[in-house]
Amino acid sequence: MSGSNELSRRDFIKVTTGIIGGFIGAVVGLPAVYYLIDPALQGGGKEAWIPIGKFEDMLLDTPYAFSFTRVQVNGWERTASSFGGYAIRKSDKPEELQILNSRCTHLGCTVNWNEEANAYLCPCHDAKFSKDGKVLDGPPPRELDTYPEHRITADGVIEIFFKEG
Amino acid sequence: MWNNIYAWLDERIGLNDLYVNLLDRPEPKTTWWNTLGSASMFLFVMQGLTGIFLTVYYTPSPDHAYDSVQYIMEGVAFGWLIRGIHHWGASLMVLIVFIHMLRVFFTASFKYPRELTWLIGIGLFLTTLGMGFTGYLLPWNQKSFWATTVGTQIAGTVPFLGDFTLKALRGGQDLSALTLQRFFAAHIWMIPGILAALIGVHLFLIIKHGESHFPTKED
Repeated sequence: MSGSNELSRRDFIKVTTGIIGGFIGAVVGLPAVYYLIDPALQGGGKEAWIPIGKFEDMLLDTPYAFSFTRVQVNGWERTASSFGGYAIRKSDKPEELQILNSRCTHLGCTVNWNEEANAYLCPCHDAKFSKDGKVLDGPPPRELDTYPEHRITADGVIEIFFKEG
Repeated sequence: MWNNIYAWLDERIGLNDLYVNLLDRPEPKTTWWNTLGSASMFLFVMQGLTGIFLTVYYTPSPDHAYDSVQYIMEGVAFGWLIRGIHHWGASLMVLIVFIHMLRVFFTASFKYPRELTWLIGIGLFLTTLGMGFTGYLLPWNQKSFWATTVGTQIAGTVPFLGDFTLKALRGGQDLSALTLQRFFAAHIWMIPGILAALIGVHLFLIIKHGESHFPTKED
């Protein structure tokens, strides 16, 4: 075969094996990668308006505690997660409500309003937040998060906008 | 540059020797029947890879096993493909290994100096059946539950040792969470470990002795 441009029988087998093997590898390998990273590619969670209480029950300048539970389906398992927060009424206008998320910005424990301390206290690492969520003491990197969108229904119930994930 | 890297590695690992001895070794005149061992090996690797991928989502617990398999089939991208390959590959592997064994038997390839290769091959066939037996329970559906009930019951009929064997297989008197868990452990760790070790020795012996030629009229 030397000196000839024709493919030898051996080389033909080698090349064919390589091509077919590569093809099979790609057909199985690429879906396998997709299979592994699929959960990371799932879109954001569901959205919902969650009622937190009647506007008339919220006292002026007093944190109004609320909590709610969302059930999320993760793969083959349903997990219930609790969320909560405080609504602080500033005036007669519902749109001026400040609605804080009670999840501590440090490591995610739940903060509680303490009347004596006049602050939200976190049980985990002694974080302290003022009534409107500013950091007073402790390790949190930023003030408490807020639920940015809320609305009032016809019968006076405040609902917050909630997006999973 | 690649030539330099290759030369450097070749001097230290002996890539060229490996290539010549593993892939370019002399063969007698062969037929397609001689490819069944390689086919078995390919299926073993395929089952290993798809099996590893399945454990990413599968849960060996009575509460979740069935749901997690349903999730693989319907919830995960290409889960049906990965499980499909593993499911059909399992049956195919038993079939191919068995035909491979028949071929070796009919061409008398088990004779001197290859008796040990043959004995290890029997071990490989039995461990392959063990993989099939333990894997069958894992989807935890009606069919697998009752097949394992029957299978372990059969083991229980062995004289003297039967009751012990049944309890050892089931992890107790009844088919339970313990059974599923130990079948899972056997299916992904113990039996594949044995299988891989036996394949290593089997391949070493094949390369050492070379393939046998088909018997002629004089043989």
